[in-house]
Amino acid sequence: MSDNRLEVRKTYKLLVNGAFPRSESGRTYEVVDAEGKFIANVAQASRKDLREAVVAARAAQAKWWSQSAYNRGQVIYRLAEMAESRHNEIAEAVEICEGVKAKEARKSVSRGIDRMVWYAGWTDKIAQVFGGANPVAGPYFNFSLPVPSGVVAAIAHPTHSFEGLVDVTFGAIAAGNSVILLASTERPLPAALLGEMSAVSDFPGGVLNILTGRVEELAPVMASHEDIDGLDIGNVSSSEHVDLISSAAGSIKRVFEDSGIDEATAVRRMRTFIETSTVWHTKGQ
Amino acid sequence: MTSSALRLVTPDSTGIEIPARRNLPSFVTESGLRTELKKLSGVDAVGAEARVAKLGTRSLKKETKKSAIDLAISMVDLTTLEGADTAGRVASLCTKAMHPDSTNPLVPSVAAVCVYPDMVATARSVIGSGAVHVASVATAFPSGRASLAVKLLDTKEAVDAGADEIDMVIDRGAFLSGNLLKVYEEIVAVKDACGTAHLKVILETGELVTYDNVRRASWLAMLAGADFIKTSTGKVGVNATLPVALVMLEAVRDFAEEYGEVVGVKVAGGIRTTKDALKYLVVVNETVGSTWLDPDYFRFGASSLLNDLLLQRTKQQSGNYARPDRFSGD
Repeated sequence: MSDNRLEVRKTYKLLVNGAFPRSESGRTYEVVDAEGKFIANVAQASRKDLREAVVAARAAQAKWWSQSAYNRGQVIYRLAEMAESRHNEIAEAVEICEGVKAKEARKSVSRGIDRMVWYAGWTDKIAQVFGGANPVAGPYFNFSLPVPSGVVAAIAHPTHSFEGLVDVTFGAIAAGNSVILLASTERPLPAALLGEMSAVSDFPGGVLNILTGRVEELAPVMASHEDIDGLDIGNVSSSEHVDLISSAAGSIKRVFEDSGIDEATAVRRMRTFIETSTVWHTKGQ
Repeated sequence: MTSSALRLVTPDSTGIEIPARRNLPSFVTESGLRTELKKLSGVDAVGAEARVAKLGTRSLKKETKKSAIDLAISMVDLTTLEGADTAGRVASLCTKAMHPDSTNPLVPSVAAVCVYPDMVATARSVIGSGAVHVASVATAFPSGRASLAVKLLDTKEAVDAGADEIDMVIDRGAFLSGNLLKVYEEIVAVKDACGTAHLKVILETGELVTYDNVRRASWLAMLAGADFIKTSTGKVGVNATLPVALVMLEAVRDFAEEYGEVVGVKVAGGIRTTKDALKYLVVVNETVGSTWLDPDYFRFGASSLLNDLLLQRTKQQSGNYARPDRFSGD
């Protein structure tokens, strides 16, 4: 092939309802690498794109939760498989976006994928760990059953472009929620790649929606939107937390504020986006 | 006859000049009716579609949008036309029609509820003498396949039970096979059976195939005395579309200029979002002018549209996106 072949440049789109639309606003912004060199144009989502994503996520959540827990685990595992087979591509994106060494980028991607597998394993254990049979003084069974909060909006880590989105995304998804993820503003490429993989990994369209854009523009709308049930702002600068939490309180939603990715934090994060449903049943004779 | 298709009416003016009303001609022969309809010019299909596509992209600024949403709410014919309709369902629909948002008395009531004839009495008993009209489909809705005697009885029963608006369907089979006088005479007869009730004539544009047919059927219905012409039953694959609404609005405008009679337009079926509704209002304003921006002359036949209008209204007022289940289902 000759050297003067035209470059095939890629413009990264949003992921909403299993499709890859541009922003309805028509806006894009430039993403640059660690040295300030142009990498790609990325769609800059508006609050109306968020609104569309919420409609899609709400519709998809019931479908996602109606699948068996085992099946949900399979689907998340399937996405981990896809990510593994495109390991190099993700690592390259991480390397360019974060300006880290290739080896380090590969390690980071491996950790992220391992983490996805970890969450895939969680789906059919959540009921045992967070639910249970309660002792009651009568001839009844009393069960506490964990059910998902519904639609969760999460903001990805600004620096760790791949590893830093896995926990905020798949914790909520494993628990049966649908998620609207706002990718890292400066380093959105790995998130966009993951979105492309999720579209071919048996997720019902709308379970995982990925927006790219500005945190300061979208986070307040996420907090005030009445049809979002949970908000993960661990990766937002803590100076914004008070406003976001008070706005989230106005629309009655669960808020998670920690950014840790250790297992204890991950478990607390999952539990944040779970409600408890209590069921009574007679013991019979 | 004026029929310059795709005329643009300036938004500021009240639209068109409507001359003094003159008596509608009556037709007793097929050929007389045919001669009248032949005077209509053909519809520029490509132009009509391009025009609505252009108008659909117009953006409404905040204050305009706020008042347009309230106007659209006041133009809704809140409809339930299901085999599974019950008296309870109709009663709750009527309550919702009178107070669309139970938490906010500033939300205007809708124009009418639209039900099957056997539910009219229920609807009337809930609404009483309130401002919301009771509309009933009649004349063997939705197919219209019944004898004239049955259709007239259907109409009369609805009117007697308290309907003040009747939505009749035309005999599309007769229209398509060229039996125009039959269609005309049926409308005249049903109009007579309506008495003081307003008559909306459903053309079922999805079955009329061409825009030319829509224009001719509109004209025919207006000549026969329709107070409203309505796009669809909502029961066939193709419902209201913007180009069809444009064609009907132009027919209505030309008819007003010719006979001094202001006929309303009702679009029905498939209109679910505020965005869609506002596009229709823009087309109304730009085609016939603000005279028609009134529940007396323009209606939306819809059920789920109302909740989306309420959602967007809440968003415009509070600044926050609202939860869909804040409003009762239908």
